[in-house]
Amino acid sequence: MSAPASLTEPVFPPLAIHPELVRGILVGFIQNEVRKVGFDRVVLNLSGGVDSSLVAFLATEALGKDNVMALILPYKDSDPKSRSDALEVVAQLGIRHLEIDITPQLDAYFARFPEADQVRRGNKMARERMTIAYDQSVAWRALVIGTSNKTELLLGYGTIYGDMASAINPIGDLYKTQVWQLADALGVPTAIVQKAPSADLWTGQSDETELGFQYRMIDQLLYYLVERRYTEEELKRQGFDEAFITEIMRRVRENQYKRRLPVIAKLTSRTIDRDFRYPRDWGR
Amino acid sequence: MSQDGRLSVALAQMDPVLGDRGRNLERHRQWVKQAAETGASLLVFPELSLTGYFLKDLVPESAIQLDSKEMRDLAALSTELDVVLGAVIESPDHRYFNASLYFSRDELVHVHRKVYLPTYGMFDEQRYFAPGDRFRSFATPFGRAGMLVCEDIWHLSSAYILSLEGVDMIICPSSSPGRGITTDERLGTAESYALVCRTYAQFLTTFFLYCNRVGFEDGANFWGGSMVIGPNGDIIAQHQDADEALVLATLDLADVRRERLANPLLRDERIELTINELRRVWHERTRKPY
Repeated sequence: MSAPASLTEPVFPPLAIHPELVRGILVGFIQNEVRKVGFDRVVLNLSGGVDSSLVAFLATEALGKDNVMALILPYKDSDPKSRSDALEVVAQLGIRHLEIDITPQLDAYFARFPEADQVRRGNKMARERMTIAYDQSVAWRALVIGTSNKTELLLGYGTIYGDMASAINPIGDLYKTQVWQLADALGVPTAIVQKAPSADLWTGQSDETELGFQYRMIDQLLYYLVERRYTEEELKRQGFDEAFITEIMRRVRENQYKRRLPVIAKLTSRTIDRDFRYPRDWGR
Repeated sequence: MSQDGRLSVALAQMDPVLGDRGRNLERHRQWVKQAAETGASLLVFPELSLTGYFLKDLVPESAIQLDSKEMRDLAALSTELDVVLGAVIESPDHRYFNASLYFSRDELVHVHRKVYLPTYGMFDEQRYFAPGDRFRSFATPFGRAGMLVCEDIWHLSSAYILSLEGVDMIICPSSSPGRGITTDERLGTAESYALVCRTYAQFLTTFFLYCNRVGFEDGANFWGGSMVIGPNGDIIAQHQDADEALVLATLDLADVRRERLANPLLRDERIELTINELRRVWHERTRKPY
């Protein structure tokens, strides 16, 4: 598969952004939502991909380089390029970093379950990284800042309570093609912006191969489906392939649970999040 | 107001604490002090400036009653200059209103209860608030004024009614969250509001004071952009950025007269025709069998 057309092909016009406007809002968001809950610092899992690199750039601009810690948490099978790209971001921004090889803890667990497939192993990796991020956030008095983009969140292409877990997420309302634009404008290394997106949970993994479609096409469909609320019939008339529409709609629907808190059995008159509704920023 | 018919207005483009009336009152006092030092005679705060916007279940505990010590504390803000601020008002029968209050010389002059409560998309106001049931103008030391809260201005009839009451100025406190990213350097909401506010000012030949808040609540940003618009539709002052700012402008109140001489739109307005046509439309809509 060819590399994603993140920078080389024209952006689908409705998803084109004014990077300075978005940058200003997201930097303000990080400053505000971190500081008003009594923190100055954030930690993030820096994979070396474009999403976490972009968040590292935004967080550094918002909070200053001394207040951002990147966790680089490779497994023995991880692509060495992921680590070196992450280190390049760390060097460019001058932020702190902590590198922990998660192989021993992963292998110790799966020694008891050698039959576990790559999905189980990948999920476990994402969750090990999450527990490290949360532990380090306590040690360093920081918030965990998330790196899931809107495309992944809609498709459910992430590990619940793994990479999807965070205290605040500045890029969760940006589609992947918008992440590319912003990352490029902010100076994320071009090699990172242009490389094929991968969760790097196993050797040779590629988002677009696994999803079966290119992000730029997925984002176009999601734009019409989510932002413009086109019906299935209208999407077909727009020229999208029926199987493509069906698959993307299925993913969005079936992964709704990942975007919600656990379902609580209702018993009282004020059940949390159903009829006990308070803002997160209560008193802030 | 100075002797020459000029009015110095100030818009407090501020960031309230969500659900903390005490701290917000303190902040109001600071803004009032700052505005008074500039010589302003009227200071406008944003919608729900005393409580923050996305209150959800905090609405009842954020509310104050019209006849209360809390209300007298608010009135005391207006000793030196007139003050418009936003608060949750609880009626004696325990309905909660998203209200805009006008204070002058330590007295409450007027209350506007938001009529159009947005309940769609990211908004859920009708779940928590009762709607107001009127648009009324009132006298101020600077002429007749009317207040509309945020979503109220998205209904043409609200500004139109105030206009027919002969207002010299419409005051619109707002808590408008920013959204709509394109290649434009401004958010879609900012563009829309500027268009609407300027259109009203020009069509209704009235001053228009739009005060929007800034800050973030649960991830939503408020885009500021507070502006003062003259009766010809020109922006007299605006703070485009989304940071806290005191926006100052000096209005020549006689501009309303001049504009209405040049463009006697209000004189030519056919109120009775409008009423008759609205009645007919209403009649036709309501007599349909299903």
